Amino acid sequence: MSAVENVPRTIPDRLQGRTERALKSWESLLFVVMVVIFIINSFASPYFLDPWNLSDATFNFTEKALVALALALVIISGEIDLSVAAIIALASTLMGAALQFGAGPWELVAIGLVTGALCGAVNGWLVTGLGLPSIVVTIGTMSLFRGISFIILGDKAYTGYPADFAYFGQGYVWWVFSFELVLFAVMAVLFYILLHRTSFGRLVYAIGNNQTAALFSGVKVGRVKFILFVLTGLMAGLAAVCLTSRLGSTRPSIATGLELEAITMVVLGGVNINGGSGSILGVVLAALIMGLVTFGLGLLNVPGIVMSIFIGLLLILVIAIPVLLGKIGRARKAG
Amino acid sequence: MRKLFRHREIQLLVAIVALTLLIALRFPVFVTPSNLANVYNDTSILVILALGQMAVILTRCIDLSTAATLALCGMVAAMLNNLNPELPVSLLVLLAVVFGALLGGINGLLVWKLDMPPIVVTLGTMTVYRGTIFLISGGKWINAHEMSDAFKALPRDSLAGVSLLSWASILMIIIMFVTLGRTTLGRSFYAVGGNANAAVYAGIDPGRTRFLAFVLSGALSGLAGYLWISRYAVAYVDIALGFELEVVAACVIGGVSIAGGIGSVPGAVLGALFLGIIKNALPVINVSPFWQLAISGTVIIIAVAFNARAERKKGRVILKKAEVTA
Repeated sequence: MSAVENVPRTIPDRLQGRTERALKSWESLLFVVMVVIFIINSFASPYFLDPWNLSDATFNFTEKALVALALALVIISGEIDLSVAAIIALASTLMGAALQFGAGPWELVAIGLVTGALCGAVNGWLVTGLGLPSIVVTIGTMSLFRGISFIILGDKAYTGYPADFAYFGQGYVWWVFSFELVLFAVMAVLFYILLHRTSFGRLVYAIGNNQTAALFSGVKVGRVKFILFVLTGLMAGLAAVCLTSRLGSTRPSIATGLELEAITMVVLGGVNINGGSGSILGVVLAALIMGLVTFGLGLLNVPGIVMSIFIGLLLILVIAIPVLLGKIGRARKAG
Repeated sequence: MRKLFRHREIQLLVAIVALTLLIALRFPVFVTPSNLANVYNDTSILVILALGQMAVILTRCIDLSTAATLALCGMVAAMLNNLNPELPVSLLVLLAVVFGALLGGINGLLVWKLDMPPIVVTLGTMTVYRGTIFLISGGKWINAHEMSDAFKALPRDSLAGVSLLSWASILMIIIMFVTLGRTTLGRSFYAVGGNANAAVYAGIDPGRTRFLAFVLSGALSGLAGYLWISRYAVAYVDIALGFELEVVAACVIGGVSIAGGIGSVPGAVLGALFLGIIKNALPVINVSPFWQLAISGTVIIIAVAFNARAERKKGRVILKKAEVTA
């Protein structure tokens, strides 16, 4: 009797060790998937393993990934923003309009960023100020922002961007490392710090997990969400600068459907679409995977619309497989 | 009187009548019966899609794949007609509806059996269905001369002075009105969206109910697919691209709550008509059609603000300050 009492009872702080947890995480699965796709690609096409080709491949996803970084935070906080592509269209259109009045490259950049931030502020105000559901609000502003582009441009296009401006979408910082790629890397680090290393990032998780509890703990829920929407708008503005510079022209239909690909990146990156969990590392890996898949398929001459089937299937399978495995596991335990 | 005005349907009806009269002041041609019939005919497909979307939204889901389903079913019907012009059109219509129901069923199964968020599921299937059109058609168009006359004529044939396209939407309105108001299935849509937990205790399976809502939405999209292709007499990959947003917009304008459980057939129909009138009035009042997108965006935002005010639950405010900052 007394012997039993004397046995020290220990409860581990963590049920799994740090390494074990890291190995079983979503991010490591994504990493494995990425490596596999990389290997398949390098066998499938002899042109794949060329530094310049790989560098070209990064242009496929950097603009979307810039938006996805900020969108991840919005989704973790339990909201959604479907208007990002429309913000890009409006920002690009206003940059083109400013060009007609003789704006220089830096003014164009400023206009793109400010337009993005303002559009984000409109979304943020409608969601937090008026308390409207973000999914409908951003469907509305999506039509509104792109609609304004159509009113300004109609069926015309802005071209003739200055040569200096081309650097943001076409320039190289060093060797094969393009400006866009470096920009994405820097932004990914900044967003990593913001989400995982600051108290603001913890607030985002708190709101996404339980908004009411966060509110009653003194978190300024409205303000945090407003900032997140402005941040997303700003990143969309940045993406607009890169995209406009890379294409060298603006049409009102620019970046159509980009919001879906950005959301796919976020969800593929392991962010819970209902909010509360997710990591920047996951989103970055998902962006790389999507870039590699589209580039690899492109080398095999697969048309863009067929690639979108792969992306759509990827989105569904990535969420469905863990659920299915969980169900099979539970069924086995029960049986 | 004031009580009457609290109904979204009445507000919307007043808005529609006011809008129409405003246009009629300057352009009397717009309100001639034949033109109004044309406007309705033009909006019929949107009405049919909005009815299906409403059933899905009522159960607190969303179906973003409606336009892609429409295009895929339409393409399949057009290709079958092209391959074998002898096939009776009624069979093709039936096939389009069944195929649409099947596609909707895929959405529904993923939501039901795998507990996946509907927005993710339908975003995914939207791109997959759209891509499938490319795969089966090879990116080629099917033009008017490649379709049989009977195939193209059906929506244009008129019965009692009204086109069959309009009749199809009227029939669907009646069917949905009866289904949502008078059948167990219809009431369970409301129950699941209103309070899924309470619905379980009332013996309703929320997953199964959502599945059926998706099947219904898919079937209506399939029907709309045939109607769209045969009316415009052309089928290609990008048909009705982005139309799903207009469909959701029609529902939101009609007072259907995106949070589920609230909405009515007359509301959704009036919401669709509101958008249809704007679309048809713009060329009449000499405004560039490029304004349409921005206008419908503004209308959506205003409508959702109205919805939120109507739905705001009156509860006890415990923390006044917190309530303000939120």
